[in-house]
Amino acid sequence: MSIQLASADWWALFAQFLSLSLLAVGGAISTAPDMHRYLVTQQHWLSEAQFSSSIALAQAAPGPNVLFIALFGWQVGLNAASSSGLPIWASALLGVSLTMLGTLLPSTILTYSVARWGHRNRERRVVRAFKQGMAPLVIGILLATGVILATNQGISTDHWPLWLLAAVSALLVWCTRVHLLWLLGAGAVLGGLGWV
Amino acid sequence: MTWPPATSAFVPCCVRPAPDGTDNPAMSASTPPQTDLTPSGGSSPRPESLAALFWSFTGLALQGFGGVLAIVQRELVERRRWLTAEQFVEDWAVAQVLPGPNVVNLSLMLGDRFFGLRGALVAMAGILTFPLLLVLLLATLYASVQALPLAQGALRGMGAVAAGLITASGLKLWPALKQNVLGTLVIIGSIAITIVAIAWLRLPLAWVLLGLGGLTCAWAYRRLGRVTADRGAA
Repeated sequence: MSIQLASADWWALFAQFLSLSLLAVGGAISTAPDMHRYLVTQQHWLSEAQFSSSIALAQAAPGPNVLFIALFGWQVGLNAASSSGLPIWASALLGVSLTMLGTLLPSTILTYSVARWGHRNRERRVVRAFKQGMAPLVIGILLATGVILATNQGISTDHWPLWLLAAVSALLVWCTRVHLLWLLGAGAVLGGLGWV
Repeated sequence: MTWPPATSAFVPCCVRPAPDGTDNPAMSASTPPQTDLTPSGGSSPRPESLAALFWSFTGLALQGFGGVLAIVQRELVERRRWLTAEQFVEDWAVAQVLPGPNVVNLSLMLGDRFFGLRGALVAMAGILTFPLLLVLLLATLYASVQALPLAQGALRGMGAVAAGLITASGLKLWPALKQNVLGTLVIIGSIAITIVAIAWLRLPLAWVLLGLGGLTCAWAYRRLGRVTADRGAA
């Protein structure tokens, strides 16, 4: 997949991630639906497969899940490399820097200052109201993200084995202490064999 | 109390002993609440240097498959004892509610408490640097095999599992709502509205957070006032 990115588009990419940063309540993954809308549906900078493989790779690798955002930037940079006049690696790293800086800068500054204030004022009514009021939304967003990821191959009922796999893994993680790596490995084997 | 051994902030759904009716085992420990919540206070262990801070967060990040939170709890609370379980639960709640990646927020807050701003940046660098290099390496390796149906299938299968992991992380937070002042009806209603709005109607997150979130926060504020007033009257 090859795309054209003018410098205004690189800024737009940065601005998009900047603006989503402060909306990432409940973790960076909760902005995934919005990123999907922007990167795949609206701008066509990422293909559907690139979008979901970025998330799956970041989940499979150790470390914070936020790194799926670095992979979005990496992939957009690779897609744009032929048109940007930059070497492939430089274009990809530019993508990583813009998406990661955009995502982390506002939330980091806010967290740093608010966490100090909130820690001192955690008994205040307004702090407790915010925590408690946002709690169900945090859970709803996580569940919605699970639904979107499970159905991103399309919502034809042909995909029932994928949905079953997603549902079974959710149950196993919820109710047992099975190591996540086993589940991801099992998913890779089932997918590699063409069963899901 | 030896239960739970590993992931006390996240409790599994099915069998969750709650002998005294509290929803959080860490909170129900019999030790009185500490007044000094800074880990540097008293004799509690702390990282001896910025380098130690960096490498321990790097270690945490590289052990955390499918999310780092469970590892943070096991390593920092149970092994190194840089934090008590109570402090961990409270910090995690703040890291969760504030925007940004939870684990990055948590490392930022802890680093700040040990070494100020420098500590915050070092802890954040620790949790991000090596995992970032690793994930880029993995993406490059995957790119060279992605034309193979085997690789595509494997990643599709892993994607479905990842969808399950994220769903489960939402389900695991359910017990944290037990003492929420919103009330069961409002909680279930707002979860359902959030799912429909985002997964089905595909509304922008901002609308949901500002619109529905504004309403639930205002409702919580009102209810908290009533709880306080009741307590005052009693």
